[in-house]
Amino acid sequence: MGKYLKTADSDWFKQRLIVAMYCVIAVFVVLICRLFYLQVIEGEELRRLSENNCIRLQSIDPPRGLIYDRNGILLVDNRPSFDLSIILKDAKPINNTIEKLSKYIKTNLDDLMPKINKSKGISIYKPFLLKRDIGRDALAVINAHKYELPGVEVNVVPKRHYIERTAAHLIGYLSKMNSDELKSGKYPGCAIGDFIGKFGVEKACESYLRGEPGGRQVEVNATGQIVRILKTVDARPGRNIYLTIDLNLQQKAEKLLEGVAGAVAAMDPTTGEILALASSPSFDQNSFVNGMSHKQWNALISNRLRPMGNKAIQGEYPPASIYKIVTAIAGLEEGIINKDTTFYCQGHYKFGDRDFRCWAEKGHGRVDVVRALAESCDVFFYQVGQKVGIDRLAWYAKACGLGSATRINLDHEASGLVPTAAWKKRRTGVAWQQGETLSVAIGQGYNLVSPLQILVLTSAVANGGIRYKPLILKTIETAEGEIISDDGFHTKREITGKLPASRQTLEIVKKGLWQAVNTGKGTATIASIDGIDISGKTGTAQVVGRKQDETSDEQVVASHLKPHAWFVAFAPSEDPKIAVSVIVEHGRHGSSTAAPIARELIKTYLSSSRVVE
Amino acid sequence: MFDRRLIKFFDWGLLGLTFFIGFLGLAILYSAVMAEDPGPQKILCIKQLIWYSAGLIVMVLSFLFNYKLLGKWAYAIYLICIILLIAVLFFGTYAGGARRWLILGPVSVQPSEIVKIAVIIILARYYSKHLHTSGLRLRELVTPLIFTLIPFFLIVNQPDLGTAILLILIAGSMTVFVKIEKRSYIYITAFCSILIPAIWFLLKEYQKQRILTFLNPDLDPLGAGYHIIQSKIAVGSGMIFGKGFLQGTQNILDFLPEQHTDFIFSVLAEEWGFVGSLVVLLFFLLIVVRGLTIAYGCRDTFGTILAGGITIFMFWQIVINIGMVIGLMPVVGVPLPFISYGGSSIITLMICIGILMNISMRRFLIE
Repeated sequence: MGKYLKTADSDWFKQRLIVAMYCVIAVFVVLICRLFYLQVIEGEELRRLSENNCIRLQSIDPPRGLIYDRNGILLVDNRPSFDLSIILKDAKPINNTIEKLSKYIKTNLDDLMPKINKSKGISIYKPFLLKRDIGRDALAVINAHKYELPGVEVNVVPKRHYIERTAAHLIGYLSKMNSDELKSGKYPGCAIGDFIGKFGVEKACESYLRGEPGGRQVEVNATGQIVRILKTVDARPGRNIYLTIDLNLQQKAEKLLEGVAGAVAAMDPTTGEILALASSPSFDQNSFVNGMSHKQWNALISNRLRPMGNKAIQGEYPPASIYKIVTAIAGLEEGIINKDTTFYCQGHYKFGDRDFRCWAEKGHGRVDVVRALAESCDVFFYQVGQKVGIDRLAWYAKACGLGSATRINLDHEASGLVPTAAWKKRRTGVAWQQGETLSVAIGQGYNLVSPLQILVLTSAVANGGIRYKPLILKTIETAEGEIISDDGFHTKREITGKLPASRQTLEIVKKGLWQAVNTGKGTATIASIDGIDISGKTGTAQVVGRKQDETSDEQVVASHLKPHAWFVAFAPSEDPKIAVSVIVEHGRHGSSTAAPIARELIKTYLSSSRVVE
Repeated sequence: MFDRRLIKFFDWGLLGLTFFIGFLGLAILYSAVMAEDPGPQKILCIKQLIWYSAGLIVMVLSFLFNYKLLGKWAYAIYLICIILLIAVLFFGTYAGGARRWLILGPVSVQPSEIVKIAVIIILARYYSKHLHTSGLRLRELVTPLIFTLIPFFLIVNQPDLGTAILLILIAGSMTVFVKIEKRSYIYITAFCSILIPAIWFLLKEYQKQRILTFLNPDLDPLGAGYHIIQSKIAVGSGMIFGKGFLQGTQNILDFLPEQHTDFIFSVLAEEWGFVGSLVVLLFFLLIVVRGLTIAYGCRDTFGTILAGGITIFMFWQIVINIGMVIGLMPVVGVPLPFISYGGSSIITLMICIGILMNISMRRFLIE
């Protein structure tokens, strides 16, 4: 090492320490000068600003994103709501101010005072909400008497408005955030009492719709009036959402369901886009935003017809004869039957010591698979199901998308149930009975499906075997109209699976469904319309409590024990543009109640100019 | 065995200063806390008193042994602190979006506070062995850089940008204090002038925005910018003689953020005015000057650099905190020594005072 290097000792450091000392003193002098400037030179002005805490922060709520239908018709927007707040610090004397206020807005003093008394512990410098949505008249009165009402302010806050009062279950609603939701940490920047999406698209797309709040720094005078605005950060409006539903079709579906409990779901079988999603009875979304009384709320949740549930995705029903599509596919693919195989139906089928009935007491005679589907012959499918066996049948059902959620972008989707022998053993401890396979083969027994699952299955049959994820969002745009592409595949066509069926098998099934509507003996001839080629399948789901061999005399059966009516359809049969799934709870026969609904929907959709192009 | 000179050379002045600032700090904390919410918050004062008592014990422990042992144990101390920092990464508790605290039995500690002392000790040891009067050469700076960057990145990751920057400042100032060769300065300047634009270019837009906001709080008028305005109003409204003890209005409720921790100086300035602020500043200056004097009086290089480093640490913490409150510096989460609420901060500072006393009382011992 170089000999010019000299080891540093403590004496050498003394010089450096003296320099350090000077540096330290210099920095402290700077701090002192700054303090002198703030406290002595600017002191008076800053003291004035401090007297009433004059510089305050006001938040600006972002307008929530709008919701449109697939054709750009506005379904949900925001309208101004005039919210009355008071800043307790400025509102002195408080009693006097409140008294005047109650006179001007014609609200009972007893309604306002308890709120104020409850407000202890809340910052007296922050606006405290007294009354929401006071209306334009009250606003005018308050503005006219502004100077008698120190600390009182009216803020224009965007309030959600459901214009068309349609698709309540799909669109959902806003409601006030509670403490559990605050703790969940899913809503950053929100406080208890803020409106957040609680159901449907409003909830699922909360992060798109909400936007980002802004705010401004303002200087106020002694009575809390704004003197000037110092700085403003604009709020970023929420994203606008275009749903896949067609308003016209949706409203038609709701009209057709009026007075019954049930659900309708319609889909474009080539993309998976949901065209309509209705559940009946429905509810008024605006009542959630406006606030409802306990009585109204209790009436809603205790209603036996479950208006708050979205039956199209949450409802679980026995698939009934619709399930024969699955049984037919299983039989054909397993080689147990082919298109020419026939069974003889004499109205019942004896298996073990039990007699399994066909719905047609006189029997269908000798039927092949196409006719069995068209005329919904139970005896044919008893025999196919028995030969396939429960576990193979379950495999086909699952491959058809039953027993698992369709992954629609909505909460609380039901996944249904596909029974297997192992499932029953695990669940009940009792071994599987051969006879139960026969019930399952015609869609009774333990089977449970949602109308949406059945819709996806129907679409897949219609489009040649592809199961699409049901889409509810068509596009998401910024407030300026720029389409957001990176949206986590919520708007992109997505294949979730393929039917376990060859082309030939599907052709046979489709032929069966076509004949069901279009031949004299078909079960769904009621669904046929001139000029449109429809295929479909009926279903009549026995309600738990009735057994096969009990009386089916319709007059005797109480209405809540009547079977559910199913109907699925797609049209046009070749090159389908729409698939529909309809359930009417306790609607007795699929053919009489559900099929006309599907027919009207298909007619509505296909006759609208937009589809014909 | 026991050397009577240890008592003779004991630094009563530093002890007195510490006690004085400590009591002042408690009074200010009391005022800040009373304004916030008297009920549940009062316990903070009692907690702080307990921390001070624990701090006194730690301080005594820090001067009982010969400080040269710190040099011997530098690597072990450093390693333990790094392990604690890594532990925070995995077992730390979240609070306010960051993972900074380790729960050890009844108390939660913030290892990023203690690690500053470990870095000072290990750098003091390294420099005392490698330093020449011509200054440090470039390759002698590599090891100290690594010693600093390891905890730096661990702390940035928590994330606690304020503490991380403070660490860099301390290490950098210490290095400048012990002298860097002129040629090295040129290299470092050249290197930085290439690296900094390059890094800036690589940053994402929101990261750039965050840095710009950090440097200029006015860009965030609803957050840091608003805090600074309120803080300046609070400080200025104190005027010459202040509004009086417990009379501050600006600190009421949520007008000042974190007033019992990072913004506590504004409470002091509002209630005690320019005169009070000046007195507190002078006492801080006395402590810093006392630290430098101890370094001056020490006769071995390790002791000198260690005392210098610890003084630099306290100096920066005081200047950054007060500078932030009066709007001269970016908003960095750095507590005001002896006055802000916080156990880990108090313990760390009492260790610093203890080590300074340690060096001071053993200044007669020649190597």
